[in-house]
Amino acid sequence: MSREDYEVVIGLEVHAELATKTKIFCSCPTEFGGEPNTHCCPICMALPGTLPVLNEKVVEYAVRAGLATNCEIEQNSKNDRKNYFYPDLPKAYQISQYDRPLCKRGSIEIENEKGEKRTIRITRIHIEEDAGKLNHDEFGGGSLVDLNRAGVPLIEIVSEPDIRSSVEAENYLRKLKSILEYIEVSDCKMQEGSLRADVNVSVRKKGETKLGTRTEMKNMNSFRSIVRGIEYEIDRQIDLIEDGGVVEQETLRWDDVSGRTFSMRDKEDAQDYRYFPDPDLVAIRLSDEYIENIRKSLPELPESRRERYIEEYKLTEREANLLTASKYLSNLFESTTSICGNAKAACNWILSDISRILNEREMEPNEIPFTSDHLAELIALIEKGTISSAIAKKVLEELFENPNKPSKIIEEKGWIQISDEGAIREVVLKVLQATPQSVADFKAGKEKAIGFLVGQAMKETKGKANPQMLNKMFVEEINKM
Amino acid sequence: MQVSKEEILHIAKLANLNLKEEEVNTYMGHLEEILNFANVVNEAPIEGLEESIGVNEAYNVFRRDEIVQGLQREELLQNAPDSQEGMFKIPKVIN
Amino acid sequence: MEIYELTVHELLEKLYKKEITKEEILTSYQNRINEKEKDVQAFVTITEEEAKEQFKKVQEGNNTSKLAGIPIGIKDNICTKGIKTTCASKMLENFVSPYDATVMDKINAEGMVTLGKLNMDEFAMGGSTEHSYFKKTKNPWNLNKVPGGSSGGSAAAVAAGMVPWALGSDTGGSIRQPASFCGIVGLKPTYGLVSRFGLVAFASSLDQIGTLTKDVEDSALLLNVIAGHDEKDSTSAAKEKEDYTKALKNDVKGLKIGVPKEYFGEGINEEVKASIEKVIEKYRELGATVEECSLDVADYALATYYIIACAEASSNLGRFDGIRYGYRTKNYENLKDIYRNSRSEGFGAEVKRRIILGTYVLSSGYYDAYYKKAQQVRTLVKNEFARNFEKYDVILTPTASNVAFDIGSKINDPLEMYLADLCTVPVNIAGLPGISVPCGLNSEKMPIGFQLIGKPFAESTILNAAYTYEQNTDFKKNKPEFKN
Repeated sequence: MSREDYEVVIGLEVHAELATKTKIFCSCPTEFGGEPNTHCCPICMALPGTLPVLNEKVVEYAVRAGLATNCEIEQNSKNDRKNYFYPDLPKAYQISQYDRPLCKRGSIEIENEKGEKRTIRITRIHIEEDAGKLNHDEFGGGSLVDLNRAGVPLIEIVSEPDIRSSVEAENYLRKLKSILEYIEVSDCKMQEGSLRADVNVSVRKKGETKLGTRTEMKNMNSFRSIVRGIEYEIDRQIDLIEDGGVVEQETLRWDDVSGRTFSMRDKEDAQDYRYFPDPDLVAIRLSDEYIENIRKSLPELPESRRERYIEEYKLTEREANLLTASKYLSNLFESTTSICGNAKAACNWILSDISRILNEREMEPNEIPFTSDHLAELIALIEKGTISSAIAKKVLEELFENPNKPSKIIEEKGWIQISDEGAIREVVLKVLQATPQSVADFKAGKEKAIGFLVGQAMKETKGKANPQMLNKMFVEEINKM
Repeated sequence: MQVSKEEILHIAKLANLNLKEEEVNTYMGHLEEILNFANVVNEAPIEGLEESIGVNEAYNVFRRDEIVQGLQREELLQNAPDSQEGMFKIPKVIN
Repeated sequence: MEIYELTVHELLEKLYKKEITKEEILTSYQNRINEKEKDVQAFVTITEEEAKEQFKKVQEGNNTSKLAGIPIGIKDNICTKGIKTTCASKMLENFVSPYDATVMDKINAEGMVTLGKLNMDEFAMGGSTEHSYFKKTKNPWNLNKVPGGSSGGSAAAVAAGMVPWALGSDTGGSIRQPASFCGIVGLKPTYGLVSRFGLVAFASSLDQIGTLTKDVEDSALLLNVIAGHDEKDSTSAAKEKEDYTKALKNDVKGLKIGVPKEYFGEGINEEVKASIEKVIEKYRELGATVEECSLDVADYALATYYIIACAEASSNLGRFDGIRYGYRTKNYENLKDIYRNSRSEGFGAEVKRRIILGTYVLSSGYYDAYYKKAQQVRTLVKNEFARNFEKYDVILTPTASNVAFDIGSKINDPLEMYLADLCTVPVNIAGLPGISVPCGLNSEKMPIGFQLIGKPFAESTILNAAYTYEQNTDFKKNKPEFKN
């Protein structure tokens, strides 16, 4: 039997760090980085006698996330302790939520590889605290514990096992990421670990209703490794079954370098978390009014923006999808369009040149240094013929380096398009004189020769000449000859 | 209530305690005796009663999301059995 | 009378009348410590020099509090910045907290002077102070007897006149029982009245800091200092400040007292019973109505207590792992060794026993049978008290089933030791205020105490009832003899 005979079943547990100023149970900053153990206090270091007090924003953000993913909100919730020993967990228990998570029974819509709509159900969203970090001492051979991240608030979003392929897993995660960015509860920086996923994978013969034994890959923090990891696990599990073996339920670590998974048996060792309600904290009771106020404050979500772009701006589905995938790009688009009135141009600039530069420079959209005013002005300058699109591309590069008004940039750089008839005629005559062959070619019917001539003139003017005028004038002058 | 040796050892492992052979027996005896006594909770008329998490009737005790400067790192590490570069040092842990 | 024999309110009166000075008070107590500590062994740490230093600063700082310069003793599970906080455990033998507990902030703001940290059962687990890693504290009435526990050091130090008053903590009777064994007054406030921030946790939903004093008026005075809402403790009650000394009216006319028959059964010593009968008579004489009532949850409450307390403790004590603070074994090669050996060597037998019990009742397969049931029983206990409080203003019981016992006589029988907490634990289970008041000596001249239990936050009611009894009897005059 081959891979086609199997069905893949995937579930994701996504951890997103919340964008609060302070930790979940103490007033230390959540800011990334910093010298080790400097974003700490007796509480997040679990010194004897210390007590937690819940950050109100954490509850609010979790409820926002729940409402944005169509969850029901638990109006009588609580915090529970999950007990286990690990050096990055200073209390030897993580304050999490067990049987009454803040949000449950939600769903989001994604597309599969065939472009079909799929609904992925969300089991629950709960709040909990992040753990610290172990650094390895290069020389001494020990490990060093840094608790700056200990107590940073997280939401864990658990999906039902509704995902059927690595593409769906990626699309689900991208969708979730864009929702969380839209509602501004997490900055979702995967490279800083503020968005990461535990991926559960199992396979079963098609037609089988019972789920196969699953394995869990822990702490995956890039789309690429998630897709690769899932593909690897699918192959491994099917090979194993085909060879007459059985899949063992275990926790795995995906290794990006070797491209394979490794068992983390140690962590599995006699695990029994002994959850119980945290007696240091009191109940969380959310009124209808509280929930409705949060619902009302939710911004427009990507789904609805997408529809609107197709409807209102006549963008293609692909364009609308790409733009709305990032809240920042989508905002840039809307704001630029509202200033310059040219949606198509704004969309093209964002999806082609700006996206290319972001890619080249490995930047996130929110790191774009210039504003929609700048982009709108750039588009207007092209429309007015002040600059050519070739110059505009140079202006854009400059905007990434030294953001300034495009009109200022072209003035300072001397990039203003030459549209003066006399000046242009001078260049045209100079080029014609220097390239008699092209003139002959053109006269002989080779229309393409005009392109070469324009190119030469552009070279001569460092790209500043108005290309339409050049075109027109070359034809005029050659005809005169 | 019978408590087996395996159970005691499993519990000790969860609690990260080493038990010497004689301790295993002592604790096994004590645990059985105390559990037998504690079993009266199973005779209590508790049909339909809510569980009490603590005795506090309070709810929604929250903190504002405002940064307060913590203590100096030196103070936080002053009791550390072993530290290096401002971090707690432990034997190498393979993730 | 010597200065160290006076109550704090008497000291304040003499200061006001300029009959004594604050220096004389400090010197009197410090001399008394030098004289009696070798017999009583109440302190883990004596802060002789620090206290003098602190006293000097207070004198220079013009603190206007009437309590400025008044000495106090602190149980060694309350965090004191710059002074060791050991919980009487090898685990924290050298631990110095970098922060002060909220109650210490309040004590320090009054300008009170800490004379030292007082002995206790390790991590407050025990009823005799025999489970201290450092020393066994003796009962000042008879040095062969235990002072009770877990706040045994606090009770013994107050009884011996080494401190005028002390702070303790009470999880299942740890203030009231040693107060009763040492012939002093012990008050456990309503859960949430005093901040737990900085109290090293034993069982979070039961722990409460309270007072050990020579008389009831001092209890009210000290409670005034330590009570109050604290934003650092989520379980702290948002209540208006009260002046508890104003409640002391020396009048119980019309007060309705219920006496649960369950606390006069076979478990209670005959001499204790007889003594409580006299208390009842006294209250009737003073114009209160006293009726027998029923609190039919005694056994359940005790079992529930041990399940909940140990479960919470097993989790609370996880942080003692030899990494960030506390004892680390010398004997390790890997992380597992650090965890297991540090904890096995750093904790004493009773602590380990309770961690094992607590881990067991929370573990998979047993949670529903024990922990979940215990939490339901907790509701039952609360309801049972509430039902009684519809009829009565206070409930009266013995504090302990017997007087202080001989050192070493019960240490090998944990269950018997647990059963002795019968009268005190229901109060913690229900989160109510309770006070133990001396009511006589038995034939061996060992103190007996009775307990008054109030409605939530009705400290004023039980303080007034206790005060009225005290004012109309003279058991306060009994002094310990340091009998050998």
